Amino acid sequence: MEDFAFHRPGSVAEAQETLRGTEDSKFMAGGQSLIPLMKLDMAAPGAVVSLTGIDELRGIEQQDGSLVIGAGMTHSEVAESDDVRNAISALAGLAGSIGDPQVRNRGTLGGSVAHADPAADYPAALVALGATVITDRREIAAEDFFQGMFETPLETDEVITSVRFPVPDSAGYSKFPNPASKYAIAGVMVARNGADVKVAVTGAGTGVFRATAFEEALAGDFSAGALDGASVSADGLVSDTDASAEYRAHLVGVMARRAVEACG
Amino acid sequence: MPETGIGAALLRKEDKRFITGKGKYVDDINRPGQAYAYIVRSPEAHASIAGIDASEALKAPGVVAVLTGADMAEDGVGGLPAGWGILFQDGSPMIEPAHPPMVVDRVRHVGDQVAVVIAETKAQAKEAAGLVDVDYQPLPAIAGLSQASAEGAALVWDEAPGNICYDWGLGDEAATDAALEGAAHVVTLDLVNNRLIPNAIEPRAAIGDYDATDDSYTLYTTSQNPHVIRLLMGAFVLGLPEHKLRIVAPDVGGGFGSKIFHYAEEAIMTWASKRLERPVKWTAERSESFMSDAHGRDHITHAELALDADGKFVGLRVNTAANLGAYISTFGAAVPTWLYATLFSGCYTTPAIFANVKAYFTNTVPVDAYRGAGRPEAAFVLERLVHKAAVQLGMDPVELRKNNFIQPDQFPYQTPVALEYDVGDYDGTFDAALELADYSGFGARREEAATRGKLRGIGISTFVEACGIAPSAVAGQLGARAGLFEVGHVRVHPTGSITVFTGSHSHGQGHETTFAQLVSDRLGLPEDQVEIVHGDTAQVAFGMGTYGSRSLAVGGSAIYMAMEKIIAKGTIIAAHLMEAAVEDVVFDKGNFTVAGTDKTKALGEVAFAAYVPHNYPEDLEPGLDETAFYDPKNFTFPAGAHIVEVEIDPDTGVVDLCGVSCADDVGRIINPMIVDGQMHGGLAQGIGQALLESCIYDDSGQLITGSYMNYTMPRAADLPFFKTGHHITNCTHNPLGVKGVGEVGSIGVPPAIINAIVDALSSAGVEHIDMPATPERVWRALQDAQA
Ligand SMILES: Cc1cc2nc3c(=O)[nH]c(=O)nc-3n(C[C@H](O)[C@H](O)[C@H](O)COP(=O)(O)OP(=O)(O)OC[C@H]3O[C@@H](n4cnc5c(N)ncnc54)[C@H](O)[C@@H]3O)c2cc1C
Repeated sequence: MEDFAFHRPGSVAEAQETLRGTEDSKFMAGGQSLIPLMKLDMAAPGAVVSLTGIDELRGIEQQDGSLVIGAGMTHSEVAESDDVRNAISALAGLAGSIGDPQVRNRGTLGGSVAHADPAADYPAALVALGATVITDRREIAAEDFFQGMFETPLETDEVITSVRFPVPDSAGYSKFPNPASKYAIAGVMVARNGADVKVAVTGAGTGVFRATAFEEALAGDFSAGALDGASVSADGLVSDTDASAEYRAHLVGVMARRAVEACG
Repeated sequence: MPETGIGAALLRKEDKRFITGKGKYVDDINRPGQAYAYIVRSPEAHASIAGIDASEALKAPGVVAVLTGADMAEDGVGGLPAGWGILFQDGSPMIEPAHPPMVVDRVRHVGDQVAVVIAETKAQAKEAAGLVDVDYQPLPAIAGLSQASAEGAALVWDEAPGNICYDWGLGDEAATDAALEGAAHVVTLDLVNNRLIPNAIEPRAAIGDYDATDDSYTLYTTSQNPHVIRLLMGAFVLGLPEHKLRIVAPDVGGGFGSKIFHYAEEAIMTWASKRLERPVKWTAERSESFMSDAHGRDHITHAELALDADGKFVGLRVNTAANLGAYISTFGAAVPTWLYATLFSGCYTTPAIFANVKAYFTNTVPVDAYRGAGRPEAAFVLERLVHKAAVQLGMDPVELRKNNFIQPDQFPYQTPVALEYDVGDYDGTFDAALELADYSGFGARREEAATRGKLRGIGISTFVEACGIAPSAVAGQLGARAGLFEVGHVRVHPTGSITVFTGSHSHGQGHETTFAQLVSDRLGLPEDQVEIVHGDTAQVAFGMGTYGSRSLAVGGSAIYMAMEKIIAKGTIIAAHLMEAAVEDVVFDKGNFTVAGTDKTKALGEVAFAAYVPHNYPEDLEPGLDETAFYDPKNFTFPAGAHIVEVEIDPDTGVVDLCGVSCADDVGRIINPMIVDGQMHGGLAQGIGQALLESCIYDDSGQLITGSYMNYTMPRAADLPFFKTGHHITNCTHNPLGVKGVGEVGSIGVPPAIINAIVDALSSAGVEHIDMPATPERVWRALQDAQA
């Protein structure tokens, strides 16, 4: 790990100012994705600007039919929040399934979304629930936000401040974890709003994607059995020593059925 | 249950410091003026080195030196020795290539030591290591066994044609061939024993500390056997005499075999500390552990079991290819031979057995002993075969085993593969396990699982292992290049408390407690009056260390023999003090008593007289301080029966371990809580091998599973509650009657797990599945069977 300067500002504006002041500097929230990269010298920022001291990034609020969660909320805070549990219990469950307790106590919603790991859990929730990513300068719909492996439209000095999740009629998440890392080998979030059904898949591909064949099948008949004939193609899915593309494609089907069954 | 001495479930004395974070490990030690080393490791699996340019590194801040294999060669440093020589079937010796601590002109695995950068801080050393410019000229890499044995394969070593280190055999080949030919049934099986990475929680570390004032060296190292390191490194690598070389292995955070071996870094730090005349410290990073700690297992086997019409085993033929890695590690050559093929008799009376083992060099990390070392591989072959035989012959797997067990009245039992078992009661052990597992209730549980859409299976493994390594003369005949005795030294202090110095090393086993219980039991004083010292060649006379479940059977016996000497001498002193004849004095529970009288002297009083010998027997030396070297008469033979129940989710292939029931005969039990702990740890590792762990190299020899992101260690949540029980027969040839428990779990349980999975999948027609039985493998086996 290279040497770096460390700052812990108290506001988003101050954080941005600090970031702009040093070349190659980076925001850090929980550090659960950034620090592993720094340890491997795959990231070597000149300065690390911590976002953990910023009150603006914290809090969970109900706003007419939506749940707005501060970017700085840790996975444990989301998992244990009564507001989240009551409004979208699948989202609390998803946050509680991330990594291990240490990771959940440090890692944040904003960090996970900004990092856009193709095997991360949150992207499936954002896409299936039709969430909006709110930054210091704009609002971006989840489907426009996740552009593939570690790809987002965020500018270098742009800070995610919160994410707005519309509360669905029902939602369910089912994940097949990598036994070593606990990231998703295949994770499926299903959300229903009346006749509108969204199915978002993470882990299996190079980025989160919607399983439209599943959505169509479920729109007519919202039941696990409706998915019996449906499948996603293995083409383009990730294939590595953890799981082949064929197995991932199969798991997407199984996880989708389980997510439907989990819908309250 | 007793509250003290043998059989007491005493809490571990050492846990106070471990649990409160006060253990003192090598990395906790810092020597005045110490510099830090970082090893430059090969990123290539196989390459020749055209040049090493350290000029930029030498200019980096804080750098003290950059040293290479050429510098070591210049100083006359030798190679890391193989501790065991194996012969080809024709009697010629194994191919034994040189193993310099740092390579000179060719790297042979990812992680091979190329140079060492020494700097004022660890960060500076690491930073500068990135500046050492090594010109690697890649060569074709041999990434595994199938590549090594392929026609026309590239050579890891020019002197090893076909990449073969040895082609070794054990048993009567002709008799075995004949048995197979004439048999009513022959069951064949091809299987892989997956390669494992040990992953002790404490990474390896070493501090070399040269003292110019008396030209002596101290090496602090993470070792299971400091005296063995002194012997190997002193005699073969650095040419240092024992009296100038002290090895300290303080608290060590787990070894599982991986810290037996003499590693390059130990020699590099010791040597560099003299060159620089300052202490040099190295601590492995976790990724270095993955690519430089010796790995375990890695076999491909074809096995055939012949049975007569009644299901009696009549012959067993095993052909194994074993991966030794790029170099022969300390015990690497012995593991797939004498620690493996000698176990093929198992609990059974199979009259004819032949095993052929071809060991190959590959461009991978050296492979050596890992918890169980050879015996898990043997049990896996045998117990998978027995399961398959039961299925193939339509026999009950319980009856098939029982029909072939060696019976209690057949001991001592000479197997066709060199070992002579002293004692056992395999039916008794098996019955205890069947009871623990509620074997007869399985059918109902399977039916109930089916109503939930789950496939339930049950699997058995009944096995024998050989521990208490080893009678030195026998080991010597088999190729060992060292003795395998142990040393116990009992010092009774003037006021009666005791310090024991043992050559065994404790790195999780709880010796400080178990050995104190032995002393308490025999000499009759409370455990807190007994201190156990280990891990320092300056304090302990000699020792061969801890591996092969030998600490209690060999090290404990040595302590026992030293106590007998204390009692014998104490009896003479006590007789003098009580003005009685020596023959009339008996020792019991800490007191010397004149038989039939109330005249008695406590051990403390006798000790005091020994150190203040005012009223003392003529011609007797003062002091009460005795040492015994104990050389075992035979191996010990723990045996057990492990029964596993699994439930498989056919949608995903996930295997749920529903039950692990083990009945073991580990010999006499000194501390049942520690024995349970050893069982649990061994089972966790066995479960890891069977379901989770797999070391994978890609075709170019890159280590794919080089971190915890994709190398799956078993975690608490992966384990069920274990049912452990015992059915004991005491070892007949050591004074304690003990056998050993350290490796039982990792030896016995893997085949039981795989047998259970195969049983669960049998309705779909699955006959075998390789380890680790990951969800994808299980799912695929089901798909393939249904196709
Ligand atoms: C062992 C382990 C297991 C894990 N398992 C899982 C798992 O099962 N599922 C899963 O989803 N994840 C998993 N993770 C990742 C974890 O969830 C991370 O916490 C998360 O991906 C990143 O959040 P963070 O707050 O730690 O971000 P950091 O590591 O601090 O930052 C990550 C990136 O986001 C940027 N960033 C952070 N916050 C903001 C912000 N507010 N605005 C703009 N940019 C920002 C940073 O600059 C950096 O580039 C695991 C991590 C580890 C170490």
